[in-house]
Amino acid sequence: MKIDLQNLTIKKAHEAMGRGDFTAVELASAYLKEIKTKNGELNAYLEVFADVREQAEMADRMIKGGKADILTGIPIAVKDNILIKGRIASAASKMLENYQATYNATVIEKLKKRGVIFLGRTNMDEFAMGGSTENSAYGPTKNPHDPTRVSGGTSGGSTAAVGGNLALGALGSDTGGSIRQPAAFCGVVGLKPTYGTVSRYGLMAMASSLDQIGPIAKTVADAEIIYKAIRGRDSYDSTSFNLPKPASARGSSEARKIRIGVPESFLNRGGIDQAVIDNFRLTLKKLEQAGCEIKTVEVPNLHYSLSCYYVLMFAEASTNLARFDGVRYGAHLAGQDLLEDYMKTRGEKFGREVRRRIMLGTYVLSAGYYDAYYNKANQVRELIRRDYAKAFETVDVVATPTAPTPAFEIGKNTSDPLQMYLEDIFTVPINIAGIPGLSVPTGFTTPEPSAEAGKRLPLAIQIVSAWRQDDILLTLGKIIEACQT
Amino acid sequence: MLERKDIDNLANLARIALSDTEKDKLQKDMESILGYMSELQKAPGLTEGHLPEDYYLRNVMREDTEPFESGANTDTILSQAPKRKDNYFVVKKILDN
Repeated sequence: MKIDLQNLTIKKAHEAMGRGDFTAVELASAYLKEIKTKNGELNAYLEVFADVREQAEMADRMIKGGKADILTGIPIAVKDNILIKGRIASAASKMLENYQATYNATVIEKLKKRGVIFLGRTNMDEFAMGGSTENSAYGPTKNPHDPTRVSGGTSGGSTAAVGGNLALGALGSDTGGSIRQPAAFCGVVGLKPTYGTVSRYGLMAMASSLDQIGPIAKTVADAEIIYKAIRGRDSYDSTSFNLPKPASARGSSEARKIRIGVPESFLNRGGIDQAVIDNFRLTLKKLEQAGCEIKTVEVPNLHYSLSCYYVLMFAEASTNLARFDGVRYGAHLAGQDLLEDYMKTRGEKFGREVRRRIMLGTYVLSAGYYDAYYNKANQVRELIRRDYAKAFETVDVVATPTAPTPAFEIGKNTSDPLQMYLEDIFTVPINIAGIPGLSVPTGFTTPEPSAEAGKRLPLAIQIVSAWRQDDILLTLGKIIEACQT
Repeated sequence: MLERKDIDNLANLARIALSDTEKDKLQKDMESILGYMSELQKAPGLTEGHLPEDYYLRNVMREDTEPFESGANTDTILSQAPKRKDNYFVVKKILDN
């Protein structure tokens, strides 16, 4: 039978396999066929695994044996910085071109037990540094809605796979927006959970105090299914914890109870595409009609987020990437002596943006500048966290657009790194504060050059809630989806 | 302001060999990026330190028990080494005779 991938969700696929409408093998084959047709152009996958069929057969045995749960047989894509034992995990870098993971990430372990099918590893900005997947050593990922434009980044391969029907769901990682921004650009749902709710064991570290694994899916309900499967305390990640049981009243879907705060003074600072603002206002209006309360909220230090974020990220990334020395794993280039081995290996096998960020991190951590940059950024981080805590005394959720622009043309921002960093303006504060954020599609825009080609670009809203209050985002996310139809 | 010798120093500290053209470009890029980041200096300071309700900051301790069996993962890990000899990583000699 022909499976309608366009309208398929995890729940629908689960029910269909339970009824015997199609098997996990047939579902996986349908995706493999789609990948074969489209991946050449999109470059969403860096590798499609050779054993997808065997994985699917195993899932079918689980289903037949009555041991299936909702994720059994569901084909998902995995970002190339999450380890699957025995498979290559390259972080889209030449440094790890041939690196085979020596263990499973905890999220992989959890999904594997449930019979999830891993279709392949997806493209990304090298070591998760970028905002467009153009920093991959293996070429950019194209946007499934308009292949002349970027997919967003850094989880651009994962979001393009889901947005282009090359996977039913995906795992990404988010350090400053790397799940939410590409989700917005590709018209899919992306969740950055509260820092610590999902184990980072087996995720390649970029900026450890900001990194978080999260789900990418077509609907909020699907994202929720994956999120609930991967979260929980893990003894291999001491920053992870179990969420307390939700208080009874909240979490129900009564829209009138949800108070949405809009940081107006931050939005009024400019730099946001008109189509993005118009769509955002329209979405707020719909939510008001759906019974939500919309009010202005102050987050006074929000405009320092970007500088704060980049200083911390440069510092942590340069520290984390010191491990690539050409000795223990990854690439090795030989020089005259050990020092030259290091210099050559790192100089040639790291890409341009990675080299730039390591240099910047080395600068902000150097003796003369440590206080002015790194220490100051840590203080500002605390101020921003407290600003949010205060805001959440009067509202349940803070809303902004996910990104200041729709997906931009490939090559547009590559020569100006600062311009690229400014794309993260709405997403980075959430990582700084350690709180959860969800990007939900809110329609389309048709910008000038795409108009004649009849192409539409997705837009999205980002909703953010207090520490550990991830559930309310899922509740409101479903209301936002309901408002779109 | 960043001078060329700063870039040289940083590249040495970061153990990254860079071409002259890349150093030129980096000098410009880093100046504009650090210029933007210096906006942080205008931010208010943190008057009081961390507060008791800063729930998310606490040490997570555990007993140092149940180690992996010695050598259980050695071969798997060394399988990824660019150069190995028996159970060792191979590096160039770092001391003169």
